This record gives sequence, structure tokens and C-alpha cells, in this order.
Amino acid sequence: MRTLLKNAKLPNGELVDILIADRLIAQVAPSISETADRIIELNAAYVLPGLVDLHTHLREPGREDAETVATGSRSAVKGGYTAVSAMANTHPVADTAGVVEQVFRLGQEAGLCDVFPIGAVTEGLNGEKLAELGAMAESVARVRIFSDDGKCVHDPLVMRRALEYVKSFNGIIAQHAQEPRLTEGAQMNEGSVSSVLGLTGWPAIAEEAIIARDLLLAEHVQSRLHICHLTTAGGVELVRWAKSRGVQVTAEVTPHHLLLTDESVRSYDPVFKVNPPLRSERDVLALRAGLADGTIDVVATDHAPHPTEDKECEWQSAAFGMLGLETALSVVVTTMVKTGLMTWSQLADRMSISPARIAGYNEHGQEIAEGSIANLTVVDPDATYRVDRSTSESKSRNNPFHGLELQGMVTHVLFAGKLVLDNGVVNARVND
Amino acid sequence: MNSHLLSINDLSVVEAIAILNTAEELGKISDGPMKKLPTLRGRTIVNLFFEDSTRTRISFETAAKRLSADVINFSAKGSSVSKGESLKDTAQTLQAIGADAVVIRHSASGAAQRLADSGWISAAVINAGDGTHEHPTQALLDALTIRQHFPNNGGDLSGLKIAIVGDVLHSRVARSNVLLLTKLGAQVTLIAPPTLLPVGIETWPVSYSFDLDQVLPEMDVVMMLRVQQERMSNFFFPTAREYSKSYGLTNARLACLKSTAIVMHPGPMNRGLEISSESADAKNSVVLEQVANGVLIRMAVLYTLLGGVPLQGGAETKS
Ligand SMILES: [Zn+2]
Repeated sequence: MRTLLKNAKLPNGELVDILIADRLIAQVAPSISETADRIIELNAAYVLPGLVDLHTHLREPGREDAETVATGSRSAVKGGYTAVSAMANTHPVADTAGVVEQVFRLGQEAGLCDVFPIGAVTEGLNGEKLAELGAMAESVARVRIFSDDGKCVHDPLVMRRALEYVKSFNGIIAQHAQEPRLTEGAQMNEGSVSSVLGLTGWPAIAEEAIIARDLLLAEHVQSRLHICHLTTAGGVELVRWAKSRGVQVTAEVTPHHLLLTDESVRSYDPVFKVNPPLRSERDVLALRAGLADGTIDVVATDHAPHPTEDKECEWQSAAFGMLGLETALSVVVTTMVKTGLMTWSQLADRMSISPARIAGYNEHGQEIAEGSIANLTVVDPDATYRVDRSTSESKSRNNPFHGLELQGMVTHVLFAGKLVLDNGVVNARVND
Repeated sequence: MNSHLLSINDLSVVEAIAILNTAEELGKISDGPMKKLPTLRGRTIVNLFFEDSTRTRISFETAAKRLSADVINFSAKGSSVSKGESLKDTAQTLQAIGADAVVIRHSASGAAQRLADSGWISAAVINAGDGTHEHPTQALLDALTIRQHFPNNGGDLSGLKIAIVGDVLHSRVARSNVLLLTKLGAQVTLIAPPTLLPVGIETWPVSYSFDLDQVLPEMDVVMMLRVQQERMSNFFFPTAREYSKSYGLTNARLACLKSTAIVMHPGPMNRGLEISSESADAKNSVVLEQVANGVLIRMAVLYTLLGGVPLQGGAETKS
């Protein structure tokens, strides 16, 4: 199978043709006139290395009513992702080699993108006893990222040991930073909006206190720390400080924390309920600045599907979480590129190259050059559209961007040379 | 005014004063030989209470019956409704039986707005207290009570100094009163230990203080809030005795008030904690007037929402 992409714009702005033969990029040149099974005229649309998500809740096993590995893979491809990282808070929890191998195999069966399981740090996410990290690392799934996401590894001794233990196989601990005592019953960002709405506050410092502690721990034991979904201006400052000291820390921000604020909560619509919560405008601006200057390494979706009944209720009874895979790139284009804060090269770095490097996904985030694996995403940079939650490939509909106008549309995705997204349509039969 | 009363923010100054005036007119009629008005005959009002509050429910029920409405009491506490998702099922049931207005009391902040905005029901929704968010009819009845003691030609509360004392953080009564009393021109001061004022208080249109004794002598109105004993277990204050000493309306503090000042409490009172028994029963305590005005305000709100025209007069009646 040979596919020829005509008039593709590389992230650096160069216009080229790209020939893909089977799994690999065969040639990148100003003009290629070879024959191919499929020739796609891109009219100067951007071609990026396939997007890589470090934070994806696929819900399988256990909550197949919300999402499955297969539907989550479809959603990922629709959003331009060629690799996603399946979070461990499933039922049962992904805390053994058996469960991570099951998730890994489900991803391969779906065949639309790579699904790399994240392993739990502690058994059952209970924060008390380390899960068999080594067994998960040695399994077929080759787990390198470990996280109790959804919960914080709050016991400082457990966190220290986990950071140390994973060094032997170059693992990384991804922390959901939330001091549990300071966030009991917390419903939304603590500030002027929560004071008026009468919803229990989730203070920024409950996130920052854990980040500060973990930065010091990571420095002390010389381990790699990854901070999930950074949401506060203070958190950005802490990470910037730690990086200046040489701490091996990386951090992610979600699309929703780059765009939305706690003002949305005034509607009491639980589609805006997420953990950590939507913060203030000031935090949003600090996150954008941090992502632009590289303090924040990556954008990660925290794609968190929930069935309708878990959101169609009072705010305090509703589940935390938002969909993110299909809108992530558009949100980043709208908030970061259109505003002039970031270039397309930087976008490719934050959404593909850096996440692939952090996780060690060697077949992803590669240079678009001869010999690289053909994991590629095509984006029409000027196309705008109104988000419609009903058209999602996800099983769920908890889309906080519904009705918003966004810019930048994913049109084609090649996963290891296979055209899995063709003109915006997921092409599952490409595997036949 | 919208078709619902979810928050004091739903009311303009003019609309708020119109409700107070309507309540006073209804009060005059109630004092006459015809206690019951035919205004809402054939209309169905549902009291949907997810949280126990006999006082508030009886007040709404009395108000609805005096306007000749049919009243259905739907007490949802302890039934299958305690899980959130069935708010929708309950709403759809009420829609099916043809409710014209739903009076909702719920432990979750925002529940009333959720019910009104969801599209599950077309009835008028009246918030009878949602979590720690708002309790708009309580604020309206408080404003009416204050106005009766300090009447002016504008029918508002301009120039009055009002203290709200106690657990502001967890109080829907405080939130609605801050919005309404300031809207009507009063200067509101909140007094509480710092633990019981919300983060973000500096964005509210009020001043605040941690020192009750300093503030009290200047006040025209002192509104005491109920303090729940269980707050101690979450470290909001050390002991009931210490709270009472610093923030309770003790007999000594009662003696410091202006001679014209009035003492208010939304009930139920913890005598001996936030208010001494003597203060609660003092001649300047208006607690029972608040209860009576509660019925009139709820009549006025139901009357206004379900299509009545505002009754005029009112403001100058008690000069
Ligand atoms: Zn998380």
C-alpha cells in the first residue's frame, strides 16, 4: 500500500510531498511524481507527527457503558491521535500484569491507534501498598507510566518509594496532585465564584502543596516525576522553579483548563464538573504562558467519558470529568496558535514529540522524514466549526465545548501507514 | 421577573419592592373577614422537599391555600430520591400531573436552577432553599420585616445598617440576604470568625468584621444565623462556649444595641449558642413577625409568578 500526500505543510512551514509505503515514510521531497494507490491533495494543510495523549480514560474493563477501548480508539483517531495512554482507574484497577495486558490487547484488536496502558501505583488505587510495578513493566504491555489518577498518592512515604522503585526500568510516576484533607467534599475551584454559588471549594493550594512536596521528593531521590493536569498559576511557578534546579519533572495541561474557567459553573450544569476543577482566568493565562515557554511540557486530554445519568443530575451528585480527545487539537489551535502564543512546531512538540519522549513511545513523535514510522495527522489550520456533542465517536456525550466555535480541524490520520481517518471519517475497515 | 424565583439575582429592585408591596396588601386582606382569596383556584402547587423543613413547608402550604391553590406535598427525603439522578424522574412525574408551580427544597446547591433549566418541567420553580446557595423567600420576608420597622417613601432599605452574624460560609439565608438587602440600599456588615466567611468574600458588596462588639452599637438591624453544632468537628471553631462568647448575641451585647435596633433570626434558634434566650424573647426581637411575614411573602411570590398583577400601595402604610 502506497499513499502520497501532495502539498503538505510541515510544522516548520515547508511545503512538501510525502510518500508512505506500508508502515514507513518512503520519501519527503518538494515534489514527488511517483505512482501510489491513493493520492491525497492537501492544499497546504499541516502534517504533524501523530498526536500522543498521556492521559486517557478508556473505562474498559468495568464501565463499558461509558466507553470501551474500541470506541475510545475511534474517538482518539477522530481527534488526530495515533497513541493514547489508558489510565489505570478501571474496574478492576489496572494494578496487575493481567489487566494491563488485557487493555493492551484490546487496543491492538481495535487496531486504530496504539493503546498503551498506564499501571496503578498502588493496589486498588488505595494509596497503601505498591502494586506490582515491575511485573507490569515486564509484561507484554511494557508499562512505563504509573499513576493512581483519580486519586492522589498522598502518603509521602509511598510516593517516595514509588519514585525510587521505577528507576530500575526508567519508569515515571504521574501524580494526580490533590491533598485529600483540603479537598473533602470539594465541588469546584475555591474563590469568588464558589463563594456565591455555595459549592464547597477545591483550593488551588491543595494541588500546589502536593506538587511542591513531590518536586522535593523527586529531587531528593533523583527520580522522574510527571504532574498530571496542572491547573493553577502557582503550580506553573513551582514547576518552573524546579526545572531551573534541574529536577526531572514534566507536566501536562488539559485543553479544558486552557480554555474554560469557573465562571462556567454558574450554570450549575455538571458538564463543567471536572477534577481538578476549572480555575480562574488568571490561572488560565498562566497555564497558556507555561505551555508556550515549555514549563508545561505537554497537552494531555484527561478524556473522561461518563454516561448521561451520571451528569443529568444535581451538581454535587454528578461525576467529575469531561470528554477531550476529539476537540483537543482545535482547542490548542484556538487558544495557543491563533492567539500567537505558539507556533505549529511548538504545537507538534507539546502534543506529539514531548509526550512520546516522556512515555518512551519510540514509534511516535518521530521526525517527518524518510524511514520514520508513518504516524501522521493532517490538520486544516483555517477550518472553523461549531462543536456538536451528538456527532462524537465516544460512547459518552459529556462535552463541555458543545456549541463553541473552534478553529483547526483534523482531516486525515495515518497510523503506521494505514489511513485510519479519511476526510474526517474513521475508517475501521482499513484493517480488513 | 423571570418565570422562576431561583435566586435574588432574578429580581430587579423594582420587582423586589413590588413583591414586598404585594405582600403587605395581601396582609391587609388577610386581616379582614375574607381570609382566603380565590386567585389561584384550580392551580396546582407542589411542595417538593428533599430536605426536612417543617417550618418552611408549612409556610408555603399556608400561603398556597390562602390563595385557594391545590397543594401537593411531595416529601422526598429517605425515599429513592436521595440519589441525584432521580431529580429528573421526580420532575417528569410532576410535569405529568400538571404542576403549575414547584416549590423545591434540596440539600444540593443549584438544585432549583437545575430543575428550572433542565427542560424536564414547564412549571414555575421556586427555590425554598438549595444547599448552601440561596433561600430567596427568606430574604424577602426579612426585607419586609425590616421595612415595616424602618419605613421610608421609596419602599426600600436605603441607609440602614444591617449586621449578619454567624456561619455565613454555610448559610443560604446569608447569601440571599446579602444580595437583596444591598440591592435595596442597605449597608451590610458580615460578622463571623474567619473560618466561617467564604474565601472570595472580598468580592461581595459588603463589609465584614471579626469583632462583633465593635460593630453592634451602630447597627439598626442584627440578624443572627443558626450555627450547627457539627461545625466544631471540622475545626471551624474550638467549642460552643468560645463561639458563644465571641459571636453570640448575649444579654450584655443585647444591652449595647441602639434603642431602635431590631433582632432577627431565621430559625430554628439554638438558644444559648448564637443567641441567648433573653435576646430571642426581647421586646426588640422580631422573630415571630418574620414567621408571619413568611406566609405573606410566599403568597406574594406565588401570586406574582402565577400571573397576578402586583398589588400597589404598601410602602407608606406603616408610617
Ligand atoms: Zn486526574
